Amino acid sequence: MANHAIEQAAAHTEGQQHPLKLYFTVWGLLFVLSAFSYFVDYAGLEGLLRWSLILLFMLLKAGLIVAVFMHMAWERLALSFAILLPPIAVLVFLGIMTAESDYTFVTRDTVFAEP
Amino acid sequence: MAESALDSTRPDGLEGIVADWSSDQRAFKRVSWGKAMMWIFLLSDTFIFSIFLLSYMSARMSTQSEWPNASKVFSLHIGGTDLPLLLIAIMTFVLISSSGTMAMAVRCGYARARKATAALMYLTALLGATFVGMQAFEWTKLISEGVRPWSNPFGAEQFGASFFMITGFHGTHVSIGVLFLLIIATKIWRGDFDKPGRSWLKSGAGDYEAVEIMGLYWHFVDLVWVFIFAFFYLW
Repeated sequence: MANHAIEQAAAHTEGQQHPLKLYFTVWGLLFVLSAFSYFVDYAGLEGLLRWSLILLFMLLKAGLIVAVFMHMAWERLALSFAILLPPIAVLVFLGIMTAESDYTFVTRDTVFAEP
Repeated sequence: MAESALDSTRPDGLEGIVADWSSDQRAFKRVSWGKAMMWIFLLSDTFIFSIFLLSYMSARMSTQSEWPNASKVFSLHIGGTDLPLLLIAIMTFVLISSSGTMAMAVRCGYARARKATAALMYLTALLGATFVGMQAFEWTKLISEGVRPWSNPFGAEQFGASFFMITGFHGTHVSIGVLFLLIIATKIWRGDFDKPGRSWLKSGAGDYEAVEIMGLYWHFVDLVWVFIFAFFYLW
């Protein structure tokens, strides 16, 4: 009976056994990408270049963690979509709050401006 | 325990989504309820941290005062020079390392390497505790410089509230993660996971899935830090 349970467990885990090399590659990439984003600040890059680089490194790091470390790359799409699509709502909220913040800024500028 | 053997006729890809969700059974095939629930909890946590970061963004974009320069506020004075964001960079590397050791622990767990799994989880907990310790140091430094949730000497007043709220909530997550790592690692070290019978962490002998579920939480904490690092410290 116990043997049966172990066999079942072994069968279950076959899907999440990945080569050690893959983990070390991702680990190394995360270190390098973090060093890059730190360097963006250290080098004092400004403007669009700074922002595109920071966002690029951030999204690459997030993608690597979710896909490999959290094994999302090997899950069925039914789970991936259920977890990864709802955060799109955050982007809508981001758009709304950007417009709202601009409006608040302009209002403060007009109403509280020094004479 | 989740059955891994899927019907070979079950389609993959987009057709698979329709088939899984309309199967009149559980929608998440090949995933145990524990893992599915952890993913759903992490989704809800994603929204919480998103809302914190969005409120920070709104405060920062709408204020008339100058926002404090994070590069200067979080610099360390070592050997006569100011190194910008040094402590934050070290904290980032510590947390990434802990994510790496956690991934190794999950792998060892599925290989049934009891002692290696426990040792790697203890190492992960140690790195997590180091992170929280460095965060406590950073808080102490800022508080001694006069940063409060309602005011600070560097610029816009909302800076303190955003900083303490966001990093405090993240630090709480790390601390809870450390506690759970210690609990699960100790149970594994004692061999509880190799004994037959069910408990709240396993469904039978050799069921190491709790390590992977713990890993999901831990990697998520690292994931949130990636976003905080980019938006709070590098903006």
